[in-house]
Amino acid sequence: MAQPTETPKRKTFMGQKTITAALRYILMLLLSLVLFGIILALAGKNPIQATIDIFRSTLGSSYGISEVIVAMVPMVITAVAVAIPSRAGLINVGVEGQLYMGACLATWGALTFTQLPAWALLPLLIALGMLGGAFWAFIPGFLKAIGLVNETITSLLLNLVAVNITAFLIFGFWHGPMDTNKTASFIPAARLPTFFGTRIDLSLVFALALLWLFWYLMKYSRWGLEIRAIGGNPQAARRNGIPLKAYQVTLMSLGGAIAGIAGMSLVSGYYGLLLANFSTGYGYMGFLISWLSFGNPVGILLVSFLVAMITTGGNLLQLTQGVPYAVINILLALSLYIVMARPKFFKEAKQ
Amino acid sequence: MEPSIGFHPVNRIPEPDTASSQVPYLILRGVTKRFPLVLANDHIDLDIFQGEIHALLGENGAGKSTLMKIMYGFYRADAGVMNVNGQPVEIHSPAEARKFGIGMLFQDFSLIPAMSVAENIALFLEDLKMVVDIRQVDKRIQELAVRYHLQVRSQIKVSELSIGEQQKVEILKLLLSGAKILILDEPTRVLAPHEVAALFKVLDNLRASGYAIILITHKLKEVLDCADRITILRGGCVTGSLLRSEASEKKLLDLMFGKEMPGLSTQRRAAGKDRLDPVLELRDVETHGEGAETSLKEINLKIFPGEIVGVAGISGNGQKELGDLVLGMISCARGEKLLFGKEATQISIREVRRQGVAFIPENPLVMATIPWMTVLENLALTRPWRYAIRGGLSVNWGSVKKDVQAGLEKMAYKLPLYAPARSLSGGNLQRMVIIRELGLDPRFIIASYMTRGLDVQSTIAARQALLDARQAGAGVLLISEDLEEIFTLSDRLIVLYGGRIVGEFVPEETDIYQVGYLMTGSSSENGATH
Repeated sequence: MAQPTETPKRKTFMGQKTITAALRYILMLLLSLVLFGIILALAGKNPIQATIDIFRSTLGSSYGISEVIVAMVPMVITAVAVAIPSRAGLINVGVEGQLYMGACLATWGALTFTQLPAWALLPLLIALGMLGGAFWAFIPGFLKAIGLVNETITSLLLNLVAVNITAFLIFGFWHGPMDTNKTASFIPAARLPTFFGTRIDLSLVFALALLWLFWYLMKYSRWGLEIRAIGGNPQAARRNGIPLKAYQVTLMSLGGAIAGIAGMSLVSGYYGLLLANFSTGYGYMGFLISWLSFGNPVGILLVSFLVAMITTGGNLLQLTQGVPYAVINILLALSLYIVMARPKFFKEAKQ
Repeated sequence: MEPSIGFHPVNRIPEPDTASSQVPYLILRGVTKRFPLVLANDHIDLDIFQGEIHALLGENGAGKSTLMKIMYGFYRADAGVMNVNGQPVEIHSPAEARKFGIGMLFQDFSLIPAMSVAENIALFLEDLKMVVDIRQVDKRIQELAVRYHLQVRSQIKVSELSIGEQQKVEILKLLLSGAKILILDEPTRVLAPHEVAALFKVLDNLRASGYAIILITHKLKEVLDCADRITILRGGCVTGSLLRSEASEKKLLDLMFGKEMPGLSTQRRAAGKDRLDPVLELRDVETHGEGAETSLKEINLKIFPGEIVGVAGISGNGQKELGDLVLGMISCARGEKLLFGKEATQISIREVRRQGVAFIPENPLVMATIPWMTVLENLALTRPWRYAIRGGLSVNWGSVKKDVQAGLEKMAYKLPLYAPARSLSGGNLQRMVIIRELGLDPRFIIASYMTRGLDVQSTIAARQALLDARQAGAGVLLISEDLEEIFTLSDRLIVLYGGRIVGEFVPEETDIYQVGYLMTGSSSENGATH
């Protein structure tokens, strides 16, 4: 075929495309709400009232919004922890475990260095959290790079190990004098500062900074170029001299380090102590969000906000509608299926 | 003759039929096909008679493939009519095309390696019964095979056949399914010279039996060797339709390009350079092939600065592995590799690249391209350190563009820089890789099937670039199936068969037949390929 030699302009339909994409997501959301409503109606509840309840309890008050943000922050961080390795084609299902390991190491720091002031202790805890997560992700990354085991399997299995190591440390060594399943509360210097008298803490800044960093590195840096090349075609990337294995190990560890930040900020911010089984599946939720938003930084923020809204609103739904919390999982699952199916609402002009 | 062979195509071998060849069997009138940005076929008229070999000649992008795909039902024409055997027809799918007696032989075969020849052919039969009577199929195969010199061992697995034999099986498949028009898409691309001769003999036989054969190619010599009539396409239009007797090489070239072609200056390298250190030296190297890879054995090779060493061989005899070995994709299981006089057995690909090694792989899409990235991004990948600024935090796209434009100008190529690489045609992909690899004065070039998929002008530019690099003192490992290319460009050539070097010549002291026989293992006992 004759080759088109004209250079197409770089961003001709960018604006239009963004609007179309946004509309599509809104319609997908509506579709899942409608399906959810049908299920509620079948259960004899009032679907319209339920929807109103969800929105009112979350977006209706400043307290509601702050609670949504509190729930959103760890999701954003764990989603970035999945998205970074995924750009190079690595599937990191181990964020949950990396988060636990980060939390463990941070807790050790918080319990050990009680003499340090906050300005020295907090950075140290962050570093320890990153170290713990990075170590836990290094294992699958390294095994993948030497061609031994697929990182999906190892990272997933290591989740269980990490949860049990955490329990072992708490039950065996760290539990407080009055408890068996959690440590004593951290000293104030080991707590992340909060804002505006709400439960929102410094980890919101971490989350936004990480998102920006992720976006910038992927889009503009030389490493981003090389990482995307590996994700696009590993064979060609290798032949071009890009050190594939080094990137695999580094990116997995980096994802783990970020997951470790999430773990650190949960124990040092939200909880203020380490609790056995403290994470309610944040790692898996981050995985879901990362794939739902196709690794797009803005998408991660929006999807995290939505998921956080649904989960916080769902708590209230139990009270007002008398439905079990499980229906929230139904709503999440419906949204997931609909996004994955990627329905087309508009006829797209063929390229 | 039958009014319509389409509805009972089975079990019949078309009768020899020479009387009716006054009326074209297949008529195309005004066939037009537009793709976005491109008019691929512009009012094409074509007549195909029975009992003729009709060559369709044109450079890449002239619209040959599109036209064939319209005939075979892959695409639908935007306008125009098609007439088979006097009846106007519309063909919507390859299955329908087969009903009308149109069969197509693709460049990449569609055989299932794990099944026997007879089973493969049986799969393609329309009247295949619930219980497959392989013996009966076999009988029909043998009948045809004897008649048209297409003898194959029908009980053995396809994976054990040579490429030439596989092609025979493909042709048998078409004949048995009742095809009367055979469309062959560059059938000689994968064949050794004596296999080409054999294929043409088969085609001669088929022609004598009244089959119509459409031969798509861009090799002038083949066209002049075997075609009865030649239709030339350029830019989607028919620029001429000639009888063989009217055609000459010059005339065909004029019709293909509409202008004078630049020649190639192929001066041999200056003597006495052997005293320099070799750019590449392989000492007794062996590799262990994994999966479908060929293991290399006892490879001893020196390439000197300013020398082009051609590697002849049929695909799958270790050429890919040889290129990958030099680059560092495959490690030596034994032996030593030296680059530019220094030990390089263990060093990383990036280090090899940094030392100035360029690599043009055999399959640009799979082996050299990131499909979702833009052309410009792809072009920056080989030398990211050159374009990184602020310690790698940003990439200087302006300087990438400058390098690329210099390369494009030098080769007189054009590329859309901001289109995703996957939207490029095969030829443009190849151009992209050539620009990337041959820019910035490489010191050693591994070029595999460099001109595959390129039209004549681009081919000449690419070859000239290789010769220029040689003149500038670079060493070149030129892997190709095109013996003409190897004989024209090489200062020295080696033949690979079954992962071994089975011959080493100076081009002037051998000929394509000697090399061709070595390529197919005919005068070598080392037949093991794995």
